[in-house]
Amino acid sequence: MADEWKPKIIGIICNWCSYAGADGAGSARTQYPPDVRIVRVMCTGRIDTLFVLKAFADGADGVLVSGCHFGDCHYLAGNYKAAKRMFLVKSVMQNMGLEHRRFRMTFVSASEGAKWAVVINDVINTVKEIGPSPIAAERKRRGL
Amino acid sequence: MVYSGKKASEGGDAPVEPRIGVFICHCGTNIAGSLDVVAVKEYALTLPHVVVSENYAYMCSTPGQNMIHDAIEKDHLTGVVVAACTPRLHEPTFRTATANGGLNPFRFEMANIRDQGSWVHMHDWDGGTEKAKDAVRIAVAKATMLEDLYPMAVPVEHRAMVVGAGVAGIQTSMDLAKAGIETYLIEKEPTIGGRMSQLDKTFPTLDCSQCILSPKMAEAGRMPGIRLFTLAEVESVEGYIGNFDVTIRRHARGVLTPDEAAAKGIVGGGCTGCGDCSQVCPVVRPNTWEFGMAPRKAIYIQHAQVVPLIYTIDFDACVKCGLCETACGTKKAIDLNMEDELFTVKVGTVILATGYETFPIEEKSEWGYKLYDNVISSLEFERLICASGPTIGHLVRPSDGETPMSVGFVLCAGSRDNTGIGKPYCSRFCCMYSLKHAHQVIEKIPGCKAYLFYMDIRSFGKAYEEFYYRIQHEGAKFIRGRVAQIQELPNKNLLVIAEDTLLGMPVEIEVDLVVLAAAVQPTAETEVVRRLFGVSCSADKWLLEAHPKLDPCGTTTAGVYLAGVCQGPKDIPDTVAQAEGAASAASIPIHSGQVELEPYYAQCVEALCAGCGMCVGQCPYSALSMIVNDDGRTVMTVTAAKCKGCGTCGGFCPGGAIRMQHFTSPQILAQIDAFFLGGEQ
Repeated sequence: MADEWKPKIIGIICNWCSYAGADGAGSARTQYPPDVRIVRVMCTGRIDTLFVLKAFADGADGVLVSGCHFGDCHYLAGNYKAAKRMFLVKSVMQNMGLEHRRFRMTFVSASEGAKWAVVINDVINTVKEIGPSPIAAERKRRGL
Repeated sequence: MVYSGKKASEGGDAPVEPRIGVFICHCGTNIAGSLDVVAVKEYALTLPHVVVSENYAYMCSTPGQNMIHDAIEKDHLTGVVVAACTPRLHEPTFRTATANGGLNPFRFEMANIRDQGSWVHMHDWDGGTEKAKDAVRIAVAKATMLEDLYPMAVPVEHRAMVVGAGVAGIQTSMDLAKAGIETYLIEKEPTIGGRMSQLDKTFPTLDCSQCILSPKMAEAGRMPGIRLFTLAEVESVEGYIGNFDVTIRRHARGVLTPDEAAAKGIVGGGCTGCGDCSQVCPVVRPNTWEFGMAPRKAIYIQHAQVVPLIYTIDFDACVKCGLCETACGTKKAIDLNMEDELFTVKVGTVILATGYETFPIEEKSEWGYKLYDNVISSLEFERLICASGPTIGHLVRPSDGETPMSVGFVLCAGSRDNTGIGKPYCSRFCCMYSLKHAHQVIEKIPGCKAYLFYMDIRSFGKAYEEFYYRIQHEGAKFIRGRVAQIQELPNKNLLVIAEDTLLGMPVEIEVDLVVLAAAVQPTAETEVVRRLFGVSCSADKWLLEAHPKLDPCGTTTAGVYLAGVCQGPKDIPDTVAQAEGAASAASIPIHSGQVELEPYYAQCVEALCAGCGMCVGQCPYSALSMIVNDDGRTVMTVTAAKCKGCGTCGGFCPGGAIRMQHFTSPQILAQIDAFFLGGEQ
């Protein structure tokens, strides 16, 4: 049973750097496991902390936020502002007893397709090590 | 891009039940070879609001686009989802197809099942298929909530700016000026001309570099359409395509041009380039333009053909003795107290042409550059063999000034190097100029031997291979192998130790002089300029084009274009070709007179806005401000033309009062819910 569990992970990523980097991994045919689904936003600055928390409330096993490197943001500083907010997510997770390593923010540029594959592998392995989300189990128990 | 979409629900604002069409692209076997497209198509039909689902070999083809067009009409769709490559490639294509079908183009959503699907899960049929189904489900969830949006047309300033005045920047500026566009040409050095002005002859035609460049430099300097600013750098950038406000720092030159002198009321004044000042200047410094192989004064010009012909004071060296002021006399051109000047110009489009510098080859210590006197770089060789250079064209070796009778050329000096010290890429023009160097020593010094140590000779251009044969027949010796080490002998000769991979044996050759064909890298300023304009770079730091094949002059920042080596190593013909391409691309928005901005701007939902004002500080573009509305409440308002649509305010607003068009919170939450909570009917 444990072997069959496939983690459900969502990646909310910026259009200019990480989405382009993920496309770059495709162009280079860099292979990685298919467990992360992608939602594209123009900038990580768009990401409301509530989006991340809603994903966890929906039973996400992991959430990845990925944007441009500091100093490289297409909109000057959206990634700085996102990063500041994402610390808040980690702190909320710790306070509510949810393993904070389920959430991760990374910085992958448009040319870093290889790094994107490393990040995806890393995120999946971390989530697999932690195991299924307790919220997902609770949702199931309550028949949600 | 101009869209002509109609409203989905014409004639009334009554909410319409979403009707979504899903189209799965095979991309030949790119997608269909790695996942089950038919299963994805059938799965899509089980999703809420999906009324039609089809699959086709190439959705981007005309028949594929017609399928979208026909389905919109036949099935009265309110939204279109195409699962195919990436929106970064074909979103414009499918938006146009959606608009042609009569829907607003922003009612299109793309699911990426190739670049982030089949291509990265090539050997996981089931996993890839499941991921594609989820991607379609997420896209459908967004498509059900999409709205009609209308791009905002903004006027384009009828001026352009070119940053960097090497041959690329000069060519671009001249093309733009000839097309009737006033162009600011910004150069950090005191003269235009760039690297090409330092070269002696150019391959494969062997015409002298200065002879073909100087007329262009002179013409650029006097063209009325070009506003030339040398010794100037970009200080800051604001705005967007059509309306960039660029602040330029003009470094203090210490010398007035005739125009500047006239503006100060000095009749008949200003620098005429006579050089009397330089003659009396007591301070001697190495001439950096000659790589330190010749002296210059603290008040100087880099070489005889400079444009503009205005002397420059090196304030780091100047002792302010005032002798130059006396020598200048009534022209009163010298101002020892001149300060940097900042000014802002408004331009519609910008071209970056910031060029290259050589990789510091001393980091490859095995070749002894800067350690042994007679190991020089290729650009130093250019100056030594050039008739206008420090030795008036007599090639000498630095240790004793003797004419070398054997020269070793080390190709790929730092290029194609995966040790982590050099550069992994090919610098592209070193093979050809090294062939030219070999030709020059054989021609100029009777009996001189030329040895080329190479990995491969890449003579790919027009008439290049023929040039390679010519140099072979002239007697140059080619040794295929990388140079492992260079040792200096007591007589300052050099022992080049390499492996001849064709003979499969080590070789040791004693030569009088070694020339390293140094790898090239972007200039240090390129990184600064790129960040100011928000342009991406590739892993090796060259500026990143919008598409490697289909948009090689554009960048992902609308209105900013690339020309020349700053985008990647290229020789002079390719540089000039790209410069002309960039000029053409940059003139299109200017001649159109207006551009349409993506309607992704923020809006304030006044009913929800508490007027806290915290969003104002989040905006990097000062697009938000607080106003008192008709009800007398303080609320935020957005200046749509200033907003670039990042959504940083929308991600922050604690009251959810900021609506980011096309990326609204309900749309994003619907995507998240669709993934985790399913969506099957």
